[in-house]
Amino acid sequence: MKIANKTVTATRLVKDALEKVKYFEDYNIFTYLDQDGALKRAAEIDERISRGEKVGRLAGVPFAAKSNFLVKGYPTTASAHILEEFDSPITATSVQKLLDEDAILIGLTNCDAFAHGSSTENSYFGVTLNSCDRERVAGGSSGGSAVAVALDVVEFTTGTDTGGSIRQPASFNGIYGFKPTYGCISRYGVVAMASSLDCIGFFTKTPEDMDLLMSIASGQDSKDLTTLPDFYDNSDSMTSVFANIATNGELLASEPRNDGRERSGLQKHLSRIGVIKDFDNEVVDTEIRNALKEKCELLKSKGYEIVELEMPALKYALAAYYIIQPAEVTSNLSRYDGVRYGFRSHETTDLSSLYSKTREEGFMPENKRRIMIGNFVLSSGFYDAYFLKAAKARTLIINEYEEAFKKCDFILTPVSPNPAFKIGEKVNNPVAMYLEDLMSVSLNLAGVPGLTIPAGTSKNGLSLGLQIVGPRRSDKTLINFSKELI
Amino acid sequence: MEIKREDILHLADLSNFSVSEKEAESLGEDLQNIISYISELDNLNTDGVEPTYQVFEMKNIWRDDEIIPQEASREDLLALTKEEKDDQIKVPKVL
Repeated sequence: MKIANKTVTATRLVKDALEKVKYFEDYNIFTYLDQDGALKRAAEIDERISRGEKVGRLAGVPFAAKSNFLVKGYPTTASAHILEEFDSPITATSVQKLLDEDAILIGLTNCDAFAHGSSTENSYFGVTLNSCDRERVAGGSSGGSAVAVALDVVEFTTGTDTGGSIRQPASFNGIYGFKPTYGCISRYGVVAMASSLDCIGFFTKTPEDMDLLMSIASGQDSKDLTTLPDFYDNSDSMTSVFANIATNGELLASEPRNDGRERSGLQKHLSRIGVIKDFDNEVVDTEIRNALKEKCELLKSKGYEIVELEMPALKYALAAYYIIQPAEVTSNLSRYDGVRYGFRSHETTDLSSLYSKTREEGFMPENKRRIMIGNFVLSSGFYDAYFLKAAKARTLIINEYEEAFKKCDFILTPVSPNPAFKIGEKVNNPVAMYLEDLMSVSLNLAGVPGLTIPAGTSKNGLSLGLQIVGPRRSDKTLINFSKELI
Repeated sequence: MEIKREDILHLADLSNFSVSEKEAESLGEDLQNIISYISELDNLNTDGVEPTYQVFEMKNIWRDDEIIPQEASREDLLALTKEEKDDQIKVPKVL
C-alpha cells in the first residue's frame, strides 16, 4: 500500500533529499547527516512494501530534526560546542513517534546554540542562510529546520519554540510553523532550555501536513510529566500531502495547496477574529501591517467579524520573558559541567577548574549572557523585583488572553516586527535581537498555541508571515482554520 | 541599576565560568542594556496579583515508585564521559 504499488520508492525519495542537501550545502542547514542510516531504512521500507506488509502513515517521507532532539547514536549538539562530543543514548519521544510511522530521518539541523537566539547566528556550526535572500538570516532559533522545508530539501522538520523559535523562522522563510499548546507534545529527549515555556512543534508546507504530524506526535507521555491528557482530535485528519505522496507516488509538492476543496463549514462554529490594537503601530514593518489588513479583508469577505482587542499587558511580555526564560536557562544549563558527558576542557588542574574552564570554553557568548542574567534575576535582593514581578506579569498576560478569547475565537497578529534582517545586523546588540521576539513570546508565557502562516512577499522578495493565536487546546481547530487564510 | 565590574565577576562566579578581562567588559555593557530593558517591568502594576510559574498550575507530579527499565544502559551512559575507571566517572582531584 501507500508508496507501495506506485512509481515512487522510499529509496528514491531519500536519494532526492540527499541530493538536495548537497545542492544547498552552502546554506549550512545541517549539523549532521545520516546518509547511510537513511538509505538503509528506506530500503527496509521498500522491502516491507514489496512484501505487502502494512507500513506507517509517514512511510518513506524524509524529514530532519533540529539539533536539540536526541536520536540514539546521533551527535545531538544543540549546535553548542559544549555538547560537541555527545552521542545520544536515547531517542526523543516525538522523534520516535515519527519513526514508528516509518518517516525517514536524514539528519539534524542547525540552530542557535541551546536555542538561544532569533537568527541562527549564535551557532557553533556557523550561520544558516535565509531561503529567499542569502545575505539575510534564516531566523531562529530553529533556522536550519525552517530553511530545510522552505528549500524543499525534506517534507517536514521538527523544531522547538520557547519564545518564537519555530514561528519566527517559519515567517522568515514563507512556510507553516506551529507551536502547540504547552504540554501537547512530549519534551522527553529534547535538550531543555526553559522548561515552563519550551514546546515541540513542526515546520511544514501545508496546514494538512501539520495536522497529520500533530495527530501523530501529540499525546501524554509518562516520560514527560508536564504533558497534558490527550486532547488533539485524531478522528478526522485532513488530507495530508504526505498521504498523497504515498497513494499517488506524486513527488514532493512545493507550493502550499489551495485546491478549492470544500471548506469544512468553519464559519458555523467560528465567527470572530481578533486583532491586537497595540500591534498596529510603527514598530511593525508597513508591509507586515498591510499583509495583516489584507488577511482581515479576506476574512471579512468570508463572513467573519474582525474584533479589535486591547491587551495592554502584552507590551510587558518581552521584559517578563527575558527574566523568566534566563532564570530557567540558568537552572537547565547548570548540568553542563564536563563531567558526565559532552566536551571537557583540557586546561584543568582540579575539579573546580574543570567546571569553570569547560563552561568558559564550551558556551557561546549568548549562552553566557542568559546564564548570568538568570543568576542576576534570581539573586537574593533582586528576586522580588525581577523574577517574582515577571511571574506576576505572566498571570496578567494569561488573564488578558483569557479575556480576549471571550471576545473572539482566534487572534491574527504579526509574528515578528520585520521580515528577515541582514546577517550581522543585530548579532552584537542583544537587546535589538531580543526585540525580534516582541510578538511571539507572550504565547509561551500563556501556554497558548500559535501557527505561522505565509502571507506573501515583500517588495524586495522577502517572505512575510502572520500568526494565528488560539485558546489552549484549540490546536486542531486552529490549524484547520488556517486554511481560510490561503 | 548600574552594573559594575565586580557585579560581572560575581555573576560569572555564580554561573561557574571564568571570564577574561576583555569578555568582562563586553558582557558588562550587554548585561547593562538587558537589565535596563527588563526593568521596564517596573511600570506594570502587579499589586495583588498571584505569580504563575507553570501555566497549567501543575506541581510535583509523581509517578508510582516502580523500577522502570531504561532505554540507555549503564555502559551507554559511562561511554559518554571522558574518563572512567572501574565503572565510575573519573574527575581530577577534589582535595
